[in-house]
Amino acid sequence: MARTRQDYDDIPGTFVFDAERSREGYGINMFCMSLMKDENRKAFKANEAEYLKKFKLTPEQTEAILKRDYNRMLELGGNIYFTAKLGATDGHSFQHLAAVMTGSTQPDYAAMMLAGGRSVEGNRSKSGKDKVVKPKSKPVSKSKPKPKSKSSAKRK
Amino acid sequence: MAKIVAGVGSSHVPAIGAALDNGKTEEPYWKRVFSGFEKSKQWMAETKPDVAIVIYNDHASAFSVDLIPTFALGCAAEFPPADEGWGPRPVPVVKGHPKLAAHIATSVILDEFDLTIVNKMEVDHGLTVPMNLLFGQPKDAWPCPVIPLAVNVVMYPPPTGHRCYMLGKAIRKAVESYKEDLKVVIFGTGGLSHQISGPRAGLINSKWDKSFLDNLSKDPKKLTRIPHLEYMREAGAEGIEMVMWLIMRGALEDKVDEVYRFYTVPASNTAVGHIILENRRIARHKGVEERPSSRAMAGRKRPVAAGKSRHKQAAARKPSQRRVSKGKR
Repeated sequence: MARTRQDYDDIPGTFVFDAERSREGYGINMFCMSLMKDENRKAFKANEAEYLKKFKLTPEQTEAILKRDYNRMLELGGNIYFTAKLGATDGHSFQHLAAVMTGSTQPDYAAMMLAGGRSVEGNRSKSGKDKVVKPKSKPVSKSKPKPKSKSSAKRK
Repeated sequence: MAKIVAGVGSSHVPAIGAALDNGKTEEPYWKRVFSGFEKSKQWMAETKPDVAIVIYNDHASAFSVDLIPTFALGCAAEFPPADEGWGPRPVPVVKGHPKLAAHIATSVILDEFDLTIVNKMEVDHGLTVPMNLLFGQPKDAWPCPVIPLAVNVVMYPPPTGHRCYMLGKAIRKAVESYKEDLKVVIFGTGGLSHQISGPRAGLINSKWDKSFLDNLSKDPKKLTRIPHLEYMREAGAEGIEMVMWLIMRGALEDKVDEVYRFYTVPASNTAVGHIILENRRIARHKGVEERPSSRAMAGRKRPVAAGKSRHKQAAARKPSQRRVSKGKR
């Protein structure tokens, strides 16, 4: 089933964990949750593919987990706070996972963070529809004393 | 009568907890972060709240994807620290205030905010890290009972900023209708800008953060109109946690004194933000002594143009009090 398009799908490099993904990714997230117990971590490490059979996962989801494809897990309904438990089971820090997801190395990623992080400039929108912060003030009619920002108008 | 005297905003980055637990606070990287909370600990020690209400979010510790409550109020007598994969944090068990919590639940639900009541819950770094930052690292017990309010900001959509702000107002009404004389401090935690998921991870937007903090002090209503899309676009997918600060702000007076602010980038993947806001009228109320704290903080980081606005603040005092008494039942 194709995913319903959402306004936030326009944000680049981002998989928003919404109600639809929460349903699709139930198996991924509950698998990750199971890793909070040491005996489960050991069972998983002993035979990963076998352990995953205990959860309702699609073949794509199983593959993403086995390959540690963290972005794909997010796309298929995983949530970062859950998938981080898989990372921890592998002995990886959160920052390591972040580096992996951005296609960077941990030292490079850490250096970027120390230098102030990833800039929002150029990272707001895939389509260029990113006028949320600086809405163009349209020509104002005389009855309107103040130009309403696009964002506040949208909420109505 | 119970009173909310001040609000504290603070990030709750898990790596801060790890740095505390592993004795890394003297490392230059972490010293930069912890030094920003030295004055805050002093402020908290002087303020001595009887109860703290801590607005935070659970990170797949107490709640999985089986149940995702939007607002979950901790009414239990105690909340043990959760095992987040490295064993429970070595912090004292958080003691609750079941009586006040039940009162808040009753008042707020009848005020049409449909809270989930939680009688058994473990609490994770989202709650315990800000407590460490403000209360230090007590060995046996935290200095005051805590009422946790867990907000869903993990699954989209979290409650809107406006809803959060209005819930804050309902909480204040609830606290003020509690008979016992209690001094309450409310925490809003999480943020500031950060994204920890996907190829855009590492996003930081200091300009946006600063504007958020400015408005939190002076024009919180403006913040209540920010749509979720803007939080995620500008402050990162996980930066949407900042709506929780609006519950804290809603529970304060319209006009507040910003007594302290701190901001640094980064702690691990996140921009660390911190603010202390005091209600102005508290000094006039019985049972609450003059605030030496504000004075102690004077001359500290006060990005609000203190000199210029002082007269304005004084002028604003009376109308703000009027508005408050008008709101009373």
